[in-house]
Amino acid sequence: MRIECPHCGERDLREFYYQGDATLAKRPAADAGEDAWDHYVHLRKNPAGVTSELWCHERGCGAWIVVERNTTTHAITSTKLVGDF
Amino acid sequence: MANASAKLNAQSPCFGLVPIEHGTVRVVEVEPTHISAIAPFKGKTTAVNKALSASFGVRLPAVGRRVEKDAVACLWFDHSHAMLIGAKVDDSLSSLAAVTDQTDGWAVLNIAGDHVLDVLARLVPMDLRPSVFGTGSTARTMLQHIPISLSRLNADTFQIMAMRSMARSVVHELDLAMENVAARG
Repeated sequence: MRIECPHCGERDLREFYYQGDATLAKRPAADAGEDAWDHYVHLRKNPAGVTSELWCHERGCGAWIVVERNTTTHAITSTKLVGDF
Repeated sequence: MANASAKLNAQSPCFGLVPIEHGTVRVVEVEPTHISAIAPFKGKTTAVNKALSASFGVRLPAVGRRVEKDAVACLWFDHSHAMLIGAKVDDSLSSLAAVTDQTDGWAVLNIAGDHVLDVLARLVPMDLRPSVFGTGSTARTMLQHIPISLSRLNADTFQIMAMRSMARSVVHELDLAMENVAARG
């Protein structure tokens, strides 16, 4: 598998670290309420299809990247820096 | 009692490990006088560029680029972060950017020779052909399992920067790959 880093271009999987669902990049406000925090901490979709994931180019430029990937085909449809997500 | 005349002598990160040479490829250590990490504060990139231009005639490079003026090089080092090599950064820059002196932190090696691409192809998971990674290109990538910064200085010379603690491992990997490439004739 190869991932397109927005900075570095297409790189080998071994340079990346997988953190989890991209929900983690959308931290609710401290006073957002229990439902929002419950969703942020515990609830994840598990789609057979397109999903957004958080990857770190840790053995490269260190950027956190949101990767849109199809879980059934492994096709990657988009990658962007977390700051642009 | 300590001997008043005893002296501590600094050793370079690759002291005793290089130079090494196999076939056409040779590795030597480079010992920059200064290495400083520069991460501009939010909205201060233009001001940092101005200060660097005034002092050294270089600017923060674009992603994946290395710029050089006289003995000073500035390379893109990773997300929002550059490395200035070969000159001391003025203290006043600290008001515009997070500046860290890393002079002793990096092992810097130049690898050169006709078969340098064959050697690096065994170690680095990147396309380094001149059409893709020409002179002045730089990247953060890996040398086997070791995180490095890799720059192309000219057609057959590359510069490798690795954390000082990895110096022996980097030289070992290079030595092995160079020996195997040389053995193929």
